[in-house]
Amino acid sequence: MALDKLLGENSVIFTKSEQLFDAARANSLWYLSYGIACCAIEGLMSAGGPKFDYDRFGIFHRGSPRQADVMIVAGTVNKKMAHALRKLYDQMPEPKWVIAMGACACTGGPFREYPNVVLGVDKIVPVDVYVPGCPPRPESMQYGFMQLQDKIRNRRKEMAREQRSA
Amino acid sequence: MTPEELSQARITPEGEAPAIVLPKGLRRVPRGVDELATEHLIVNMGPQHPSTHGVLHILLELDGEEIIAAEASLGYLHRGIEKLAEHRRYSAVGTLLDRADYISGIHTELALAQATEQLMGIEVPEKAQWLRSLFSEIVRIASHLIAIGTYGMDIGAMAPFLYIMREREALLSVLESVTGARMMFNYVRPGGVLRDLTPEAEPLLRQFLKTFPGYLEEYHTLLTGNEIFQARVKGVGVIDRATAIAFGMSGPPLRASGFGWDVRKERPYAAYEQLRFDVPVGESGDCWDRYLVRMEEMRIAAELIEQCLDGMPEGDVMAKVPKVLKPPAGEAYSAVESPRGEVGIHLVSDGTDTPYRVHLRAPSLMNLAVVDEVMPGHKIADSVAIIGSLDIVLGEIDR
Ligand code: SF4
Repeated sequence: MALDKLLGENSVIFTKSEQLFDAARANSLWYLSYGIACCAIEGLMSAGGPKFDYDRFGIFHRGSPRQADVMIVAGTVNKKMAHALRKLYDQMPEPKWVIAMGACACTGGPFREYPNVVLGVDKIVPVDVYVPGCPPRPESMQYGFMQLQDKIRNRRKEMAREQRSA
Repeated sequence: MTPEELSQARITPEGEAPAIVLPKGLRRVPRGVDELATEHLIVNMGPQHPSTHGVLHILLELDGEEIIAAEASLGYLHRGIEKLAEHRRYSAVGTLLDRADYISGIHTELALAQATEQLMGIEVPEKAQWLRSLFSEIVRIASHLIAIGTYGMDIGAMAPFLYIMREREALLSVLESVTGARMMFNYVRPGGVLRDLTPEAEPLLRQFLKTFPGYLEEYHTLLTGNEIFQARVKGVGVIDRATAIAFGMSGPPLRASGFGWDVRKERPYAAYEQLRFDVPVGESGDCWDRYLVRMEEMRIAAELIEQCLDGMPEGDVMAKVPKVLKPPAGEAYSAVESPRGEVGIHLVSDGTDTPYRVHLRAPSLMNLAVVDEVMPGHKIADSVAIIGSLDIVLGEIDR
């Protein structure tokens, strides 16, 4: 957001600090580089490459869960991996979000008949955005990220609405 | 000095000086050292680690910085590809096997198609054979690009990855225009291939071939000529020829060790008999050689693509095959040279429309097995260089 261009010199804006933070958060989503299977090539590698270039949205990868805001679960999670996934999620600082990328992370995908495969990561961690496809194209991943950004920007509004209705 | 030795040294009776062997470069015993005991530390590398290329978990036993032992723990991506294949029709098995070695799915498909054809005695049209070779080579470049790009990233050179993805996207647009998918092609089928080259594919490929040698030069400048990169990989992770053969390695890691085995040459399949190409062979079998072999293979693969485009015959791309494939009872083995090595499919049929058993000979598994052997004695930072140079794909190892 080029605020200075939008508002001109010496202007003043009033906003809630939380809203400002959320706007900042939405524009610097650092994801955990945690590729599990095939989807990682599309969602993490091609996405970071020059053609799709997620950097321009402020989306960048981090190696450690303690520096990450978003976890992209890109691949098939099986029962051996489930513990590691949960541990990584727990290590991420709040606020944190999860994107389930691909058919496998959403539902188990082509391997759902196999008893070792977890039928969707929402059984293990709360998921914010589901991106279907096998593998989803980087464009769909981009769309998923934009949905997440919207969700983060409108977080306070949603919370307030929930409180009112409760 | 190992902890046992140190504890031994401490319990020598008084008066006798403990026999401490000084490490190289140390002139005197540092004060307090005889009270020090070092412990071996076990470090879990993975399953989430930015440079394990997927979900590899390696247990490293460390003495300070040095690796004493390494053990790979597998199974984090086991999703039953082989078992599920037994419950799919022959034409649908390929979609599962695509997801085994997901970076170069076309080679696994090809091995499966060839095994099915062997069982059923299908004659594949000439043009389909050439298209198979053509697409094998396209995917070989795409795969080696990832291998080298991520290898640079593992070692700390971020920039080459960005350049490499640019070329990969060019290849993926060709693949997409013909097969309809960027990664999971399901293009090679028993009896031939899905469809002919589309009108826009050939110009795209020619354009790529024109620019690729220049881009290869760029990578050489960025990586090969980079002194830090050289220091990190030269002389690291040496696998000698005998070890490589004993572990059943194949592909670039085997050829880097000085053994020029290439399935394309030894047991030609598709159109490789009519194509002219060399097999690059390394000398010392270190990470540097493995890297160079891959770079050279990319250059050769580009030449092969050109030969395929020039020599492409006319004709059908698919033989006459029944809608439901029912190979007679029996078994067949077929191997192809994937970017990682010899990928083979052992197919057993019981005469029904689903296979009785599909076994995948995954080259990555054999290539990974060698880490227990080569890692000890290296520094912990070298472990990343060694794993990266083997270019493993976990989907294929765990299945
Ligand atoms: S959704 Fe498809 S591409 Fe993604 S991990 Fe699962 S099998 Fe692989």
